[in-house]
Amino acid sequence: MAKRSIVPFGPQHPVLPEPVHLDLVLEDETVVGAIPNIGFVHRGLEKLVELKDFKSYVYIAERVCGICSCGHGIGYCESVEHVMEVEIPERAKYLRTIWMEMSRIHSHLLWMGLLADAMGFESLFMESWRLREKVLDLFDLTTGGRIIFSVNCVGGVLKDMTAEMLQEIERTMGEMEKAFKPLEETFLGEYTVLSRLKGLGKMGPEQAVLSGAVGPTLRASGIRYDARKLGYCAYKDLDIEPVIDTEGDAYARCKVRMGEVRQSFDLICQLVAKIPEGPISVPVKGNPKGEYFMRIEQPRGEAVYYVKGNGTKFLDRFRLRTPTTSNIPPMLDMLKGCQLADVPLLILTIDPCISCTER
Amino acid sequence: MEALNRILPITMDQFLPTVIRYKLEERRLVQINACRIEGGYELSYSFASGYNMDTLRLTVQEDELVSSITQIYPCAFMQENEAAELFGVKIENIDRDYNGRLYRIDRQTPFKEKG
Repeated sequence: MAKRSIVPFGPQHPVLPEPVHLDLVLEDETVVGAIPNIGFVHRGLEKLVELKDFKSYVYIAERVCGICSCGHGIGYCESVEHVMEVEIPERAKYLRTIWMEMSRIHSHLLWMGLLADAMGFESLFMESWRLREKVLDLFDLTTGGRIIFSVNCVGGVLKDMTAEMLQEIERTMGEMEKAFKPLEETFLGEYTVLSRLKGLGKMGPEQAVLSGAVGPTLRASGIRYDARKLGYCAYKDLDIEPVIDTEGDAYARCKVRMGEVRQSFDLICQLVAKIPEGPISVPVKGNPKGEYFMRIEQPRGEAVYYVKGNGTKFLDRFRLRTPTTSNIPPMLDMLKGCQLADVPLLILTIDPCISCTER
Repeated sequence: MEALNRILPITMDQFLPTVIRYKLEERRLVQINACRIEGGYELSYSFASGYNMDTLRLTVQEDELVSSITQIYPCAFMQENEAAELFGVKIENIDRDYNGRLYRIDRQTPFKEKG
């Protein structure tokens, strides 16, 4: 047996945008174990629910993370609405879904850029982020914000979209779809990318399920699970099938995200075509009493929101189980057997969001 | 799609056998949640089979020991450490026990008391 050594990785590392630390146990250059360390920026946002009334707390939920902001707002509001048996207007459901799918495109393009950057493929990084700008411009157009746009409220949404805005969204989706094609071809066909991702961090379907993987990490191992199929927001009206792959390696995880970007272009066009007229919110009276576990599909995977109300305006408990919390254990499994040089890429393939995980 | 989303109260005696059965049925561990109640905690363990989700609800006294499920589901270690560290739930035999150092926080068990 080769001599074992421990190499600290992070919390400050060129490829990590957020602080996570791993103690890597190495035999020569091969990783044989990894011990994760998080908690550098724990903010205790769940605890704040005891001090903010349940309607104001939406602003906190939306600030758990920048990239997943809209999804956190939706997850929180939908769980409170479920407890209070509030049926929000159809138009509000469609608007939430449009913003959610735009957030998915935004998140996946951001991830693609980070992955390209980690491989040293700078032009691909710039192309990915250039395309992402178009989604940010649409957020700006429809909400006035580019990253955190606070559009959700208990009972519906705060902002409506005009017919011109919807037209602009549809036009931009067509434009982005065209621009996305060469990007996708490069990611899935370029030698540099293939040589770094193919066969890296393989995970079979059984291992993926039992290690608790979610989102593209789970689907890349052939598991057909996408929480959007549960039919929250306007997903019940959409033609949607989980994007999967069966290889279970880093390349498959990349491929699934590419497929999801294309799927989101299509879903947004379906939503724009089907969105009904009508009000965007309903008045909410009373306070929540009861509990509910809500699952939604964030770009990084399934997130679980739990709310427990006691009949007052302050909730007893709000809990958010983020996709990254679930994807860290399978990541540790994937790291075993890989080379030290591949560690940054492997970590990126679960698309970690430490800001959400720390909450 | 209509999917099950049930909360099933369970006793301590039935708890581990049920988790083992879920593992044999290849259910996915979805989440673990602690919630403070009068004199103790409610612990919720959610498991999914496809789109259906069952949540086992365990009610424990403040000083009662709870067995870790990391021997059955190793991936539970982060969420169990979190419940132990933030709420003070006494979970024994966690596979990777951070002993209260998962998060860099100034207060011990900050979620234990309200407010």
